[in-house]
Amino acid sequence: MSKQINVALIGNPNTGKTSVFNQLTGLNQKVGNYPGITVEKKEGICKLPRGVKAHILDLPGTYSLNTTSLDESVAVELLLNKNDKDHPDVAIVVSDVENLKRNLLLFTQIKDLKIPTILVINMADRMSRKGITIDIELLEKKLNSKIALVSTRKETGIEKLRELIADYKSLPKTQNVNISVIAPDYFEKLSTTFPKEDVYKLWLVITQDVNFMPLEKTLFKDATSFATKSKSELKRLQQKETILRYQFINGILKETYKVDVNAAKGFRATLDKVLTHKVFGYLIFFLILLTIFQAIYGWSEYPMDLIDGFFASATEWVKNTLPPGVFTNLIAEGILSGIGGIVIFIPQIAFLFLFIALLEETGYMSRVVFLMDRIMRPFGLSGKSVVPLISGTACAIPAVMATRTIENWKERLITILVTPFTTCSARLPVYLIIIALVIPEGSFLGLSYKALTLMSLYLMGFGAAILSAVILNKILKIKSKSFFVVEMPNYKLPLLKNVGYTVLEKTKSFVFGAGKIILAISIILWFLGSNGSSDEFKNAETIVTNRVEQEGFSTSSEIYFDTHQDGLDINNPNASDQQKELEERALAQEIAGYKLEHSYMGHMGKAIEPIVRPLGYDWKIGIAVITSFAAREVFVGTLATIYSVGNDEEETIKNRMAAEVNPRTQKPLFNLASGVSLLLFYAFAMQCMSTLAVVKRETNSWKWPAGQLVFMSLFAYIVALIAYQLLK
Amino acid sequence: METTVAHLKRGQRGIIKEFTENLLPIKLLELGCLPGNIVELVQVAPLNDPIYINVNGSHIAIRREMALHIALDIIEDNVVI
Ligand SMILES: Nc1nc2c(ncn2[C@@H]2O[C@H](COP(=O)(O)OP(=O)(O)O)[C@@H](O)[C@H]2O)c(=O)[nH]1
Ligand SMILES: [Mg+2]
Repeated sequence: MSKQINVALIGNPNTGKTSVFNQLTGLNQKVGNYPGITVEKKEGICKLPRGVKAHILDLPGTYSLNTTSLDESVAVELLLNKNDKDHPDVAIVVSDVENLKRNLLLFTQIKDLKIPTILVINMADRMSRKGITIDIELLEKKLNSKIALVSTRKETGIEKLRELIADYKSLPKTQNVNISVIAPDYFEKLSTTFPKEDVYKLWLVITQDVNFMPLEKTLFKDATSFATKSKSELKRLQQKETILRYQFINGILKETYKVDVNAAKGFRATLDKVLTHKVFGYLIFFLILLTIFQAIYGWSEYPMDLIDGFFASATEWVKNTLPPGVFTNLIAEGILSGIGGIVIFIPQIAFLFLFIALLEETGYMSRVVFLMDRIMRPFGLSGKSVVPLISGTACAIPAVMATRTIENWKERLITILVTPFTTCSARLPVYLIIIALVIPEGSFLGLSYKALTLMSLYLMGFGAAILSAVILNKILKIKSKSFFVVEMPNYKLPLLKNVGYTVLEKTKSFVFGAGKIILAISIILWFLGSNGSSDEFKNAETIVTNRVEQEGFSTSSEIYFDTHQDGLDINNPNASDQQKELEERALAQEIAGYKLEHSYMGHMGKAIEPIVRPLGYDWKIGIAVITSFAAREVFVGTLATIYSVGNDEEETIKNRMAAEVNPRTQKPLFNLASGVSLLLFYAFAMQCMSTLAVVKRETNSWKWPAGQLVFMSLFAYIVALIAYQLLK
Repeated sequence: METTVAHLKRGQRGIIKEFTENLLPIKLLELGCLPGNIVELVQVAPLNDPIYINVNGSHIAIRREMALHIALDIIEDNVVI
C-alpha cells in the first residue's frame, strides 16, 4: 500500500497558491469548511513519483505567522499543532518572483518551526519582462532549502516540484534565523523553563491568540505566564523580529537576486491611472456592473428558459409514463419540481462567478475596493460589498455566495444579511401584476405612476439594505481586524483554467450545499398542497362536478370563457369542439382550486387569516404567501390555482383578481390599500427558501438565516400593516 | 508638524523615519513598511481616502488615518528613476 503524506501550500495572497494547487491536483479536489468556522478548506489528492501519494491543502493567504484574522490563524494552528490530522509533513511556501523579498519573511518563519519546507518561486514567466535574474543554486544553499522555479501559466517546473515533494525525507529541517537575539534574557528564560520546546514555537504561542487544540494548550499552559510583558512590549519585540528577518533576507538577496530596472516593463502605472481615476474609474466600474447585471438578468434567461422547458416536459413525461398514483405525483410535482428549482439558478450563479473570477484574477477587484472603500465605510460595509449588493438585484443566491471575497468576517456577515433586501428579479412578476391591478393610470413629470411605483420599490430595497447595515454595524459585536491594508496586485491576464475551476466549484457548492435544503422544503410544500384529510378534499371531483351540473360554472370560469371568446368562431364547424375543450379545462381548474382550498395548505392559509387580515388579505392570499416561500414568483401561480384559472394566462389571472370581492367590505379585494400593502410585504419579507438555504451554507449556522427570517418578516409585516391601515 | 505619508503628493517619494504610534499593525511592517525604506504615493482615491502607496516594491492601499502615523523625510528630487 502506498503511504500518503500531508502537504500544505502556504504563502502571501495572490502568489499563485491556488494555481499550483490546481496544477497538482487537477479535478481531484474538494472544497469544504474547517470544522466550526467559515474559513474555506480546499484539499486534494496528488499522485507523485515512486508511488507516493500526497494530500494537498491550499491554505488561506497570509503574510506572516503573526495572524490578524481567522483565515490566517487556520494556517498557524495547522503548522503548530502536531496532532492535527492535517499537520503537514512538508510545507510548500509559494512565492511570486517579483515580491520574493516579502515572501521570504513568511518562509523564514516556517523554516524556524523546523518543518521540512520547499520554496516555490512562481510566475517565472514574468522574470524576463521584469529584468529579474536569480541564482537559484546559491539561494538554495543560503536558505538551506530546496527551491522549485515554477510557472503555472506556462506549466513549467511542476515536475521538479513533484520530485521534490516525493523526496520529502531528504529536506533539511534547520532554522534560518535565531530570534533570541532580539531579547536574549527573555528567550533564555523561556528555553530553560521549557527545555523540550523550541523557542520560536513558544514565542508564537505567546504572541498569537489562536485557539490551539486542547492538547497543545495544556502543554503550553504555563507559557502564558510569559505573556507578562505588556502588549506594546510584545508588539515592539514583534517589530524587532520583523526587522531582524528582513536583515537576514536582504543580506541573502543582495547576492542572489538581481533586477535590471531598465529591462523592466509594465503597464501597471498607466492602467492604475485610468482605472482608479475619479471619473473614468467610476465610469468603468459602472459599465462592468452593468455588464454583470445584464448577464445575470438578461443572458441567463435563455438557459433558464431551456431548463424550465426541460423540467416541464420531464414532469409531463413522468405523469404520462408512470402509473398514476401518489408515488408518480411525488416524483413529478415534488421531486422534479424541487430539482428544477435548484438547477434553474445555475446559469445565474455561473455567470456571476465567471465575472467575479475574472475581476479577481485580473487584479481589478482590489481597485474596486480602493474606489469604494470611503463610500461604503460609514455603513459598516466594504468596497467588496458593492458587487454582491448590485448582483442581489438580479438574484440573492449568487450574490450571497459572492461575499466570499470579503476577508473581514464582520463586513462579510453584514453584507450577507442585508443583500436579500435588494429587489431580486423573482419579485418582478408579483410586482407587475399587483401594480397593474391597483396603481391608477396617470403620470407625474412624464413618468407614469406605475413606473414610479416600481422604481420606488427598487429604491426602498436598497434603502432597507443600507439602513440595516448601519444598524447591524452598531449592534454586532464581532472581533475582527479593524485596520485596512489592501494589497494592489499587478494586473494579469486571467488564467482561464482558474476561472473555470472557480465557476465549477461555486456551482457545485450551491447544488450540493444549499440544494439539499431547497429540495426538502419543496417536497414538504408539495405534500401540504396536494394532500388533505377532509372529506371535501377526498371527494373534490364529485363535489365540484355536481356543483357545476347544478349551478353552472363559477365566475372564475365565466371570466376564463370571456377571455377566450375571441378565439371562437361561431361559423367554424369545430367551434363546439373548442367550446367543449374549454369547458373541460375549466372544470379541471375548478377541481384543482377546490382541492387546494381543502388541502393542508388550504387549512394553513385559513389558519393564518386572522394574522394577515389586518394587512387587507384574505385566506386565499394567505395561501399564496405561504407557498411563495418556495420562490416569490410562485405567488401568481398559486393565486391562479385557487381562483381556478389556467396557470400561464396572465390576462385571465389579472381579470379574475380584479373581480375578486372582499366579503367583509363588499369592495374589490385588490384595492389600492391592500395592493400597496402586498407590494411592501414582498419588498421586505424574506420570501425565499433558497436564500435561507444559501445563507445557512455560507454562515455555517442556522442562527443567521433564522434571525434574518424573523427580522425581515416582522419588518415587512409592520410596514404592510401601517400602509394598509393608513390607506384603507 | 511632522511630515507623514499622508502629506505626500502624487508621485512624490520619501524615506520612512519612524512610526509615531506604537500600535501600527504589524502587517504593515511585514509588507515592507520599515524605517529606512522608500515610499511613493501612487494614487489617491476620489474622496481623498484611502491612499495607494508603493513601499519597498509592495503596492498597498491604506487609509489616511494610518498614513498619518508614518513619519518620513520627503525626497526632493527631479531625477526620474
Ligand atoms: N504570469 C503568471 N501569473 C500567474 C501564475 N500563476 C498564477 N498566476 C496569476 O496570479 C494570480 C493569483 O493566483 P492564485 O492562484 O489565485 O493565487 P492565490 O491567491 O495565492 O491562491 C492569478 O491572477 C493567476 O492567474 C504564473 O505562473 N504566471
Ligand atoms: Mg487562492
